[in-house]
Amino acid sequence: MDNERQNLNRQLAQMLKGGVIMDVTTPEQARIAEEAGACAVMALERIPADIRAAGGVSRMSDPKMIRGIQEAVSIPVMAKCRIGHIAEAQILQAIEIDYIDESEVLSPADDIYHIDKTQFQVPFVCGARDLGEALRRIAEGATMIRTKGEPGTGDIVQAVRHMRCMQSEIRRVVAMRDDELFEAAKQLQVPYGLLAFVHANGKLPVVNFAAGGVATPADAALMMQLGAEGVFVGSGIFKSGNPAKRAAAIVKAVTNYTDAHMLAELSEDLGEAMVGINEQEIELLMAERGK
Amino acid sequence: MKIGVFALQGAFAEHVRMLHDLGAEAFEIHSLSDWEKEKDGIILPGGESTTQVKLLHDLGIFEPLKNEIRNGLPVFGTCAGMILLAQNTTNDDREHLATMGISVRRNAYGRQLGSFHTFGTMEGIGEDIPMTFIRAPYIEKVLSPECEVLAKIDGNIVAARQGKQLVTAFHPELDADFRVHEYFLKMCR
Repeated sequence: MDNERQNLNRQLAQMLKGGVIMDVTTPEQARIAEEAGACAVMALERIPADIRAAGGVSRMSDPKMIRGIQEAVSIPVMAKCRIGHIAEAQILQAIEIDYIDESEVLSPADDIYHIDKTQFQVPFVCGARDLGEALRRIAEGATMIRTKGEPGTGDIVQAVRHMRCMQSEIRRVVAMRDDELFEAAKQLQVPYGLLAFVHANGKLPVVNFAAGGVATPADAALMMQLGAEGVFVGSGIFKSGNPAKRAAAIVKAVTNYTDAHMLAELSEDLGEAMVGINEQEIELLMAERGK
Repeated sequence: MKIGVFALQGAFAEHVRMLHDLGAEAFEIHSLSDWEKEKDGIILPGGESTTQVKLLHDLGIFEPLKNEIRNGLPVFGTCAGMILLAQNTTNDDREHLATMGISVRRNAYGRQLGSFHTFGTMEGIGEDIPMTFIRAPYIEKVLSPECEVLAKIDGNIVAARQGKQLVTAFHPELDADFRVHEYFLKMCR
């Protein structure tokens, strides 16, 4: 990927800011998401809550199913490949996906190496729990970052932990003397150049979204207030009582995340939220995959 | 000079930064009460037009916005903003503001692999203007005699002006060239 392509891919993420990216499993769900105001959809065969329930190995979705969703909507379509699965990523690039999520939600294909994303033309988003993970993924060519959170749980605690950690580390790096950056880069195990960017600009060099456990408009507003530039909602929408209404409410909540009166209105009569699992109750921590 | 930048979804922060750098006052419009503030012009930024038009309706800004533009409030639409202003969209039947006599095609260059960067000339603005196209639309046809074509790339219309309405299919806010925003600020005087 040359510099120009890398810029264009970072810039597509800039266009998604202030928006909600929704997991969908069928063309019909994709249309509901688009009508509700999603700025992009993530096409996958099973939403994280079902992946978690089913267990076993979880892989890239059937390209035919992804194509069906690409044909159903006009907004960008993303899809997931396994961490380190170069061939799955090549397949997704061949069907002209708008963004690949190299995702810990699927079973990792490689327990050491992530994909060298600089070798691709299509953009990649990756999950991160802290500044070190975020900058390592960016060094590998990711042009968008999201928190890992804990997918498929409806429990926001991990996304909050990851976003707070990233933001406080960014503030710490900003406050450093220039000559302290070399040692910080060593400790964080990240390239000096990327850390110097964070020091000078007070933010990641790419757009940073929240993901993993967002289930309500209030969850989305919380993540925006903590510094997210947009939100991924996975299982939270289509595992709830009234997906269309909840989806539209989360979209509005992201635009007006500081307006408590509007958030109160948006939180009314949404029907049942996804049941959710507390982090202490789960056996598989997906966020531990891929550091 | 005070410019309201629509901040419903998309790349609005980039416009705000550019306006500040040019010495103009800029504020974000998230809601009806923001919209009602005094202003000399507005910007409709890039992002997803489907999301933005839905939020304009839901937040009750759609009709007042349409009326103000018709009454001559200066407006600059980039990418999705251009789609919102177009009278006609060939591959989308959603109701847009439709205040400008142009017919546009959404995602005219295809998916993200079709996104590109180039340089072009804009009538009345200058040469070698950096142009970043992200899943961009272009203008297929000009429908009003009052609408003036400002730029073409590979034969497709990518910028136009009609009265106090300015549109670009590309994103001047993503590059470090201020000329297009300067031009718009002059329109707001």
